[in-house]
Amino acid sequence: MIADITQNSVEAGASHVTLECIQFPDEFDVTVSDNGSGMSRETLMKAEDPFYTDGKKHPNRKVGLGIPFLIQTAEETDGSWDIASEPGKGTTVAMKFNLANIDTPPVGNLPDLFLELMTLPGDYDMDIHRTDKAAGLDYRLNRNELKDVLGGELESAASQILLKKFIESQEA
Amino acid sequence: MTLEELRKLRNQMKTEVEKRETAGKTIQVIVGMGTCGIASGAKETFNTFLKLIDEKGLADRVMLRQTGCMGLCAHEPTVEVIAPDMPRVIYGDVKADVAKEIVEQHIIGKKLLDNLIIDKPAADIMAKK
Repeated sequence: MIADITQNSVEAGASHVTLECIQFPDEFDVTVSDNGSGMSRETLMKAEDPFYTDGKKHPNRKVGLGIPFLIQTAEETDGSWDIASEPGKGTTVAMKFNLANIDTPPVGNLPDLFLELMTLPGDYDMDIHRTDKAAGLDYRLNRNELKDVLGGELESAASQILLKKFIESQEA
Repeated sequence: MTLEELRKLRNQMKTEVEKRETAGKTIQVIVGMGTCGIASGAKETFNTFLKLIDEKGLADRVMLRQTGCMGLCAHEPTVEVIAPDMPRVIYGDVKADVAKEIVEQHIIGKKLLDNLIIDKPAADIMAKK
């Protein structure tokens, strides 16, 4: 779900995307903000409908499930969500998940998620910030910086193997 | 690991990559990582590819990419392989053990895995003509 929402940002033509993952023992707060194309109030309301899509990504499909899945999950599990968007300026999606609710999906493997989001096709910068006080974690990743360190590309398996090791080393 | 350590590791690998890329020998492996792919285990598949490519010393020849849903959700995880002098194919149901076969037979052995090929993306996902 976090992957889908963040991918929306990259696909909205954002040159900069920020992902904040703040974890507490019973709560997981995720905020994704971008400077991409943004949406008008009307488009945003339509985007909450699973049977709405702007048709740009898959011209022959009739559904768009990213935001509807987020809404469904948040509402079913005592979480919350908020989307603020302005055409031409960008979008911010804030999600709060109640980890104490048995129906909340597991947080999952965040280093793998970060690797996935850093290697999406496209030219964009991305800041990732992860904290988990209980686990003693507080680290930041910047895509352009890592790309530069890895010889200017993140597409080769060589870069990705090292990037994966680097991100995982931040978890220790 | 610090950024400096990461830079050093990368520099050790770098020269070799540049040599191969100019020679046009790069193999592309594209893993479908849409919601359907991830739900079917595409992340494990992706990680298996990374691990095997590293183990077999292929890191300097393979580009690993991810893409969204290819419209073949019933056969996720799907993986497209584009190797020089070989037809580009999409494999379906690529769990970790199949990923191993793809690395060993297709990428190293230059042989297609006939039973697992599912041709091309589904019609509803292709651009209108």
